[in-house]
Amino acid sequence: MEPVKTPFNVMDSTQTEYSGTLMVEDEHELASGERVMTLNMGPQHPSTHGVMRVLLKLDGETVIECDPMIGYLHRGTEKLSETKRYAQIVPWTDRLDYTAAPQNNLGYVLAVEKLLGLNAPERAQYWRVIMVELSRIASHLVWLGTHALDIGALSMSLYTFREREMIMDIFETFCGARLTTNMMEIGGFSRQLPDGLIPQIRNFLRVFPSKLKEYTDLLSANPIWLARTKGVGVITPEAAISYSLTGACLRGSGINYDVRKADPYLVYDQLDFEVPLGQFGDVFDRYLVRVEELRQAHKIVTQALNYIENDDRPMMAYESAYVMPPHMGTMTTAEDMQRHFVWVIKGFSAPVGEVYHAIEHGKGEFGIHIVSDGGSMPYRLRLRTPDYVNLGVLPHMAQGAMLADMVALIGTIDIVLGSVDR
Amino acid sequence: MGDQPIWITFIVTFAIMTVLLLSMAYTTWYERKVLARFQDRLGPTRTGKAGLMQPLADAVKLMGKEDLVPDAADRNVFLFAPLITFTTALLSAAVIPWGGTVQIFGTDVNLYPTDINVGALFILATGSIGVYGIILGGWSSGNRYSLLGAIRSAAQVISYELILGFSLVGIFIITGTMSLTDIMFKQHEMLSFGPFEISNWFVLTQPLGFVLFVIAAVAETNRAPFDLPEAESELVAGFMTEYSAMRFALYFLGEYISMIIMSLFAATLFLGGTSGPGADKFWGLGIMWLVLKVMAFLFFYIWLRATLPRFRFDQLMGLAWKVLLPLAILNIVVTAFFRLIGNGQVF
Repeated sequence: MEPVKTPFNVMDSTQTEYSGTLMVEDEHELASGERVMTLNMGPQHPSTHGVMRVLLKLDGETVIECDPMIGYLHRGTEKLSETKRYAQIVPWTDRLDYTAAPQNNLGYVLAVEKLLGLNAPERAQYWRVIMVELSRIASHLVWLGTHALDIGALSMSLYTFREREMIMDIFETFCGARLTTNMMEIGGFSRQLPDGLIPQIRNFLRVFPSKLKEYTDLLSANPIWLARTKGVGVITPEAAISYSLTGACLRGSGINYDVRKADPYLVYDQLDFEVPLGQFGDVFDRYLVRVEELRQAHKIVTQALNYIENDDRPMMAYESAYVMPPHMGTMTTAEDMQRHFVWVIKGFSAPVGEVYHAIEHGKGEFGIHIVSDGGSMPYRLRLRTPDYVNLGVLPHMAQGAMLADMVALIGTIDIVLGSVDR
Repeated sequence: MGDQPIWITFIVTFAIMTVLLLSMAYTTWYERKVLARFQDRLGPTRTGKAGLMQPLADAVKLMGKEDLVPDAADRNVFLFAPLITFTTALLSAAVIPWGGTVQIFGTDVNLYPTDINVGALFILATGSIGVYGIILGGWSSGNRYSLLGAIRSAAQVISYELILGFSLVGIFIITGTMSLTDIMFKQHEMLSFGPFEISNWFVLTQPLGFVLFVIAAVAETNRAPFDLPEAESELVAGFMTEYSAMRFALYFLGEYISMIIMSLFAATLFLGGTSGPGADKFWGLGIMWLVLKVMAFLFFYIWLRATLPRFRFDQLMGLAWKVLLPLAILNIVVTAFFRLIGNGQVF
């Protein structure tokens, strides 16, 4: 194959600066005498789910080497958190995995509560479960739609976004925001439940199973879908563990690890749900696992809602000094007003210590490590985002894959670059 | 079907070109609307009633865009390539009949630009030349996505051209001609089964050939699920990545013309062309039947696009060479065998 004429200078592949879509350090020869083409996929590419860049070495259409490069959406969330008071960090976590803001919120809030030794009231815990599981459905729907779109099933994304829209509406009713919800608060929920929220969720729960069947009818037995996903991107259980995968990527390989079961938080130990496992660890198994997770999330929301529907206990742990006092108290009593003033101006001083708390995020284990020096801001906040870790397996899966498989492989990890780059 | 003055041919050709170019524009509208319905959307609504002015708006927009030529491109080839695709696609329309010889204002008019005795081969040949536009465009862009798209396209067209050709051999064996006009009028004869009379459409005698032809036609026009040369999720826009403005539009329209031509071709070969109730009484009805058949084919194209994921390149090749080609050869052998029986040359 003749090399493509390129106007760009030949550069070293380790150099990060480049211009144009042609990437540089051009053809080099294989042992067989054939040339390798270097293809730069991204950061502006329809299927890299944001601004990831994958440097591919291709022999024809076969991938010889794959090198994912990240950092194009790096916003320094961890460092910024060191200059924000604990309650001010919650909105920043929205912007990590922006398809699943409530889950990020929850991971952070639970870590802070663990640091403070605080427990949200049971009712708030149930509502957190409901919101987080709805958010899991929403983020899985985004995944299903875009993954299918990458593989070429054009209409799927519109169908899944239609149902996701219902969840967005529920979030809007609940907290006023749709995407970056800033929903969770340290200590529970300080707002009242709005009217019409429960019927809205009920309506979604009623509609969703039939819609889910619609998706699986289109894909699960489709010969082209099977040909594109079965046996592609196989991760053996050993590889899955050695790459420290979590979430559906791990469970697709048949390893039973779900933080909700392994180390239950909130009220997950009181809810009845199953953890689906894959068999072969290929793209299709991960698809099946996630689809089953949609069903399980539906089941969890139904249970939690049935349990908590007619409950009207308080949703905030007001007895704790770390929590902003209730609104009426602030208006009527001097103590509460002073506490409110200090809380707003200065924040609370967290105890000295170090905590790590992980939750089962839609994409895997979402962990937050907080080091506190006793101030009102974290001394250090470390995010363990699941898709960042899961992305590490991409070069392993891409060995010998076709170029067309690359988009399926990127899709199957379920990455959101906001969460990868942080 | 006799000779006619050249000026009548010119008028007929002009009319057909106009209809084709208009219908091509409105195929984009049709696709948008139908696809939108599949996807729970409305499609264009703002440009005129039901978005009917959308093709016009698109054209104005595309003409107003800058015609970019990348520095890395081979300038002359880059500028020339879209024309190949567009003109060859349009050229195939020359041999497709829209009816026989009819009387209009007392003059005999042939409702086809020309009737050459290898009409079917002519369409296959122009289709093959059309792929040069894609290969050269992709090659000269100086972009690797374009290059990959072009290579995919070349391999795909070579494989599926073969199947397209082979799937027609059955019809040639039955009719003994390659002239599309003759093939079409063979199908206007009626077959009677007791009280029932049905048209002798070749989809009835060549069902396997029809299925193979439709699959190959989808691949030949680079439509989903065989749209690998322009697979947007892998190759950004494939061979069209670097094209902008009207040159992009030429590729785009070339694809739509190919779709229409392939639909016309399929309707002529397998669905009796203009055959239908009342078609032999009034030529206008025949054209209406033809248009309806073409619209059904186009709907099928869009339906596929709305439903199916995309094949992978190796699977596409595997399907062509391991599944479709043996079937096509089987079809030829079986048809030839029955033809020989019919001729009394066997047994």
